Amino acid sequence: MGILEVKGVGKRFGGLQALGDVNLSVQEQTVHAIIGPNGAGKSTLLNCFVGKLIPDEGSVLFNGQSLLGRTPHEITQMGVSRVFQTPEIFGDLSVMENMMIPCFAKRDGAFRMHAFESVDNESELIEKAEQMLIDVNMVDKRNMNAASMSRGDKRRLEMAMCLVQDPKLLLLDEPTAGMARADTNNTIDLLKEIKEKRDITMAIIEHDMHVVFSLADRITVLAQGTPLVEDTPQNIKDNPKVREAYLGETQQ
Amino acid sequence: MLGLDKRDTKFLLIVIFLTLATPILLQPFPESSTLAQFNAGYPDLMQRFAIFGIFAIGFNILFGLTGYLSFGHAAFLGIGSYSVVWMYKLLDYNVIWGLPLAVILSGLFALVIGYVSLRRSGIYFSILTLAFAQMSFNLAYSVLTPITNGETGLQVYTDDPQILMGATEPTSPHLFGIVMNQSAKINLGDWVFTFNNGYYFCAIIAIIAFYISLRIFRSPFGLMLRAIKSNQQRLNYTGLNARPYTLAAFVISGMYAGLAGGLMASMDPLAGAERMQWTASGEVVLMTILGGVGTMMGPVLGAGVIKYMENIFSKINEQVLHSWFGWLPDSLEGFVIFIAEHFVGSGWHMTSGVLFMLVVIFLPGGLVEGGQRIKAMFNNRGGDDADDPEHHPKHAPHVAE
Repeated sequence: MGILEVKGVGKRFGGLQALGDVNLSVQEQTVHAIIGPNGAGKSTLLNCFVGKLIPDEGSVLFNGQSLLGRTPHEITQMGVSRVFQTPEIFGDLSVMENMMIPCFAKRDGAFRMHAFESVDNESELIEKAEQMLIDVNMVDKRNMNAASMSRGDKRRLEMAMCLVQDPKLLLLDEPTAGMARADTNNTIDLLKEIKEKRDITMAIIEHDMHVVFSLADRITVLAQGTPLVEDTPQNIKDNPKVREAYLGETQQ
Repeated sequence: MLGLDKRDTKFLLIVIFLTLATPILLQPFPESSTLAQFNAGYPDLMQRFAIFGIFAIGFNILFGLTGYLSFGHAAFLGIGSYSVVWMYKLLDYNVIWGLPLAVILSGLFALVIGYVSLRRSGIYFSILTLAFAQMSFNLAYSVLTPITNGETGLQVYTDDPQILMGATEPTSPHLFGIVMNQSAKINLGDWVFTFNNGYYFCAIIAIIAFYISLRIFRSPFGLMLRAIKSNQQRLNYTGLNARPYTLAAFVISGMYAGLAGGLMASMDPLAGAERMQWTASGEVVLMTILGGVGTMMGPVLGAGVIKYMENIFSKINEQVLHSWFGWLPDSLEGFVIFIAEHFVGSGWHMTSGVLFMLVVIFLPGGLVEGGQRIKAMFNNRGGDDADDPEHHPKHAPHVAE
């Protein structure tokens, strides 16, 4: 049984069937890519994993526990982290402050007052945050304002903020969307490194085939809200049904 | 010192010095000069500086850190005042009974109002708080007359129980015999300095309030509040629920407002419903924005500027203007005075309005940003090559400046 088990998930928005009968199993310590043309329901599916949307039917199990009806913050505390299409970071804060927040969230687990302690005295957490910044090669930017960095750096920071919490499952929503080629390659390298060094499972939604084929162990192709096929990257490449869904090649 | 780093300790010491030396610093002009009317070192006004400073510091914890704009904080001000006056009526004139009650009661009200209002954010939150404050105002003004004495305002009467009242006890607000409205006057040449008990009482509480707020700014809790303002979505996906944090900030700022309201009644043993009106809520918003939202010093500065203008500009009348512009030719003098008189006296709101617009347009970070720019101008005069934001990305500013 996989770390993430999706069974018979369906979601409808008014008259639009966004997802129908989605079955998916993400195996532990693999990179599972979900691809598909625009409007295939990829982001809807991801939103069903993190508590932003509640599916009309079906179940989503993470490590055997249902994720349905839980709020995003509860799901995050269970060990599911999410990277967004546009990096979601604390733009007004410094890089180091950005790193400290997930450290506190991980340690405290929920709301704690801590109104009379100083952030500067939390040497254990500071060390942890700093080590993470070293790992993603950003320690020289620790005092920089997060909003003033390049998109690639913001992505890197967002990833570091997720990883510092040691999540079991990392969800990535088009992690290289809108990035320059160099930034894309950097992100791929970073993700590869994470995959090798850490005990982590990744589910990734991506448009860029270059990214998908250099990272994924398994690929699910989604079309019109239903999984078309699930297979290894090599088999997906050669599958005529996939070509059809992507390129609109009908019988000639 | 006191759990602060070197820089903050220095900052706190400067604030303490400025607060304690206010009666001297605000009295720069000799009594006989025509500028003496710009002196602000009289007890009533200095007390207001300190009290509204506390109010604004507390408001800034909510608005400055979390970005939630409350339009209802005057309700807590009123609750604070009523609590203190009730303690005068029931026990005695010692403010030690009323002030803690003011803080606790306003905190409880803030808990209820915040719990409901914080279900929404942005403009809807502001409207909800405004609605609650107007409701409190109307309750105080008419419905709850037995408790608030309606439009007359709550005050102490001779037939009130005052069960702790001793035979020799002062008959005005005091702290264990230190009477609030007593002052020591010192004449130095042509200068008169007034050292008022009430002011120093408020000032010491204001310093403590400032210190607590400084600690909150530097704490993990403060960091979370800033994270809420910056990106609530990311905070959720970091595994934290924003609601308890915003509620805690709301309650703390409500308690600050209650304390300020209690101090108002400690200086002058009266409490009226008008203290709860929405204009009073709006005033603290203006103070915070004018001084600098989210900065430590800004709200205090804003409170000072607005109270100064309210008291000093409103005193300037036509005679004063004539004495200033008397040297101009008659026709021109008439014209200048015609223009100027709209900005002074009862027209001081015009001046503060213009100042507010100028600050919002040119200094979005408030007066504090103005100060920082001037400081940066002096620091940069050595001639750094042209600032290229691409290659010199800005560093995150230290929040306290």
